[in-house]
Amino acid sequence: MSSTPVIPSGSSRKSSNMTMKSRRRLDTTWRLLVALVFIIYALFPIVYVIGTSLNPSGSLQTSQIFPANPSLANYQKLLTSQQNPFLRWMLNSLIVSTTTAIITVALCAVAAYSFSRFRFRSRKRLLQGLLLSQVFPNVLAMVALYLILQQIGRYYPMFGLNTLGGLILIYLGGAIGFNTWLMKGFFDTVPRDLDESAMLDGASAWQTFWTIILPLVRPVLAVIFMLSFIGTYGDYLLAKVMLSNTEKYTVAVGLSLFIGQQFGQRWGEFAAGAIIAAIPTLILFYISQSQLQGGLTSGAIKG
Amino acid sequence: MAVQTAGETGGRKASRFSEEGSTLGLILKYVFLAIVVGFLTFSGWQLLQDGSYPFAATFFITALFITLVYIRRTTVPLRWIAPGLIFLILFQLYPVVFTVYTAFTNYSTGRNVEKAVAIRSIENQTYVPEGAPTFNWTPLQADDGTAAIWVVNPATNEAFLAVPEQDWVPASDIEGLVLDSAGLPTTIPGYTVQANNQRFLFVSANQGITFGTEEQGAQVTSSTEAKETRQKYVYDEAQDAMIDVATGVAYVNQEGIFTSADGQIVTPGFPVNVGFENFTKILTDPAFRGPFFQIFIWTFVWAFLSVLETFVLGMFLALTMNSPNLPMQRLLRVLLILPYAIPPFITVKVWVGLLNPVLGMIGSQWNPGWFTNPFWAKVGILLVNLWLGYPYMFLIILGALQSIPQDMYEAAKVDGAGPLYQFRRLTLPLLLVSIGPLLIGSFAFNFNNFAIIDLYNQGGPPIPGGGVAGFTDILISYTYKIAFGGTRGNDYGLAAAISIIIFIIVGAVTVFNFRYTGQLEEVSENV
Repeated sequence: MSSTPVIPSGSSRKSSNMTMKSRRRLDTTWRLLVALVFIIYALFPIVYVIGTSLNPSGSLQTSQIFPANPSLANYQKLLTSQQNPFLRWMLNSLIVSTTTAIITVALCAVAAYSFSRFRFRSRKRLLQGLLLSQVFPNVLAMVALYLILQQIGRYYPMFGLNTLGGLILIYLGGAIGFNTWLMKGFFDTVPRDLDESAMLDGASAWQTFWTIILPLVRPVLAVIFMLSFIGTYGDYLLAKVMLSNTEKYTVAVGLSLFIGQQFGQRWGEFAAGAIIAAIPTLILFYISQSQLQGGLTSGAIKG
Repeated sequence: MAVQTAGETGGRKASRFSEEGSTLGLILKYVFLAIVVGFLTFSGWQLLQDGSYPFAATFFITALFITLVYIRRTTVPLRWIAPGLIFLILFQLYPVVFTVYTAFTNYSTGRNVEKAVAIRSIENQTYVPEGAPTFNWTPLQADDGTAAIWVVNPATNEAFLAVPEQDWVPASDIEGLVLDSAGLPTTIPGYTVQANNQRFLFVSANQGITFGTEEQGAQVTSSTEAKETRQKYVYDEAQDAMIDVATGVAYVNQEGIFTSADGQIVTPGFPVNVGFENFTKILTDPAFRGPFFQIFIWTFVWAFLSVLETFVLGMFLALTMNSPNLPMQRLLRVLLILPYAIPPFITVKVWVGLLNPVLGMIGSQWNPGWFTNPFWAKVGILLVNLWLGYPYMFLIILGALQSIPQDMYEAAKVDGAGPLYQFRRLTLPLLLVSIGPLLIGSFAFNFNNFAIIDLYNQGGPPIPGGGVAGFTDILISYTYKIAFGGTRGNDYGLAAAISIIIFIIVGAVTVFNFRYTGQLEEVSENV
């Protein structure tokens, strides 16, 4: 970096040290400045929503970042609204996301175990198939999925259009392929000597899976659970297509329709809803921050 | 190679998948298998009755597959995979097939059930023929709030309980029935007898409703009289038409709608194959062609610019933060990626509020037409996506930077390369190699980023003369509007045709990405 030649003489080394130090300080200073500017950029809308949610006047016009007389009036109004059952939406979202995430983890774990530990004829083709199924993200098939749920609903009303059950089925279909693939990669990193010796001791495949493998891959299961939960919780398109009844909305659909075009009047309540709706993913994000980062970047480094 | 390690004999190999359990476990397994297979077969059979052949076939094939997998000894590994595979087949693969099928039909509002279902539904319609037998009736309300009537034939004095879409129940078959001296019910289990002053209200609330089935039913025609109804239409297979029983008029199947010679129709209709009509419509119909190409190009521009802007900002921040001397590294990073932790359905709306021209904190100060001017609406949506998308890039680039070996920089320094030169010739190329696949993934994601487009301005401002199309619409939001957002009915067939076009583009991008990263080849190496 430096083009100044370093001369090994006492006095000049000292001065060079000085410039190095001040240069380093300058370097750190501008980096901190940039970080500060962009942290303001990142946080500004978030802080603004928090402020708005605490501002009792509740309209966009009077919203300030820091309200003069903060109160929980907006929260109260939102949670007691008869017309827009916000708590119901939150509950629906939590039901759908948790169910989807748990079943995804369970189904993918057993499938990934098989792919990782058994060798069988169609294995390679099935694995490729799993990967290729991702070529068709299921949001693209929304028309077909809508019509399919319409058909299913005629025989099994619990899984038809406008039901949480139907929505869960669709999310599961979209989640299995990629997550099995992802998990299989992690299962491969667990040394095989472990389950081999268990097998030699007479353990069945299921016992080996349940007692040896599962405890070892628990962090991966947690990551898949969280990715699946966050993905499902944040989905807007499929929920919007499949659900048509206010009582059945997930919070993603309910909250966005709630604000609609009426920014003027409902801004405060929307802000309160936004804060509450953000809590589940923020908690998961906080817990999994380091693990998610690892998961996201591992793909990059593979290059 | 867990189960095939050296030293294994052929004998062991044959039994390597064995997972013998207890007898109870075995019984449980077969009971469970029977339930799943029974359920799949029964569903398939029902679908077959309704003429939904592809879906029925999918259910049958799945049932057969499950049975084979769980009965044959050689397919034990597949038993572990089968449960997930069922969902994958029914809700990921079949929808793709069905999308293709739908794209070649005129599936739409009014044509949204299978032919068999449509015919059954029309045959259920009834009418009151002239000179039909008249009954006396009493209004009832079922415990679930639905309406029913008590009918008495004045000629024979026979009495029945009549409920919509169910056979009449003779009075003698009802347990716990109590009649008064006039022969009218006072107590019927499960029903409440309505007061006489409710009769007028009841008549107006139940106009055209048949109590009973098309074989034996009645409609209330006045506050005292109910008239017997008859089936209105019968299906004539030879003409492929519904015949009006009373008038003899034939409603002939025309592209899925039963239509009479003078243009009257009976609903519901059913989808029929229309060949490439949907595709030619997109390419030649002026109402679609213009907006479609505009949206097509904007979709590419949008996805490309979204990746570019988030990549540039993410990289700039990653390079800035990637310094060992920086204090509070962890805290700074967490704060910078915070937008990533909040679902877009919240943050996009917050930005929309900020940009609101009358009331928004930004929009009221500076509003070049964030939602009304085609150009500025696009700029606005790109700015919002920059905020939403840079944290992801920041995260992955930070990770990738740390994997670039430091000695390469040392070597570059020795060769006298300055910081800019190092960035251009060393950092950037290495970054692009390692996160290239993720950039392509990000492109594919934004290509279908429905949420931000819809939440920002529903694709608007509208393109003049473009129907539902708007200037910020991308292909997927356009598809959504055609399928579900039309004011004049929904065209599922056309929407499916556009879906296929998106399938092809996104599919090509993804397959290219797999080839690029060698993921598909990786599979074969592992085997």
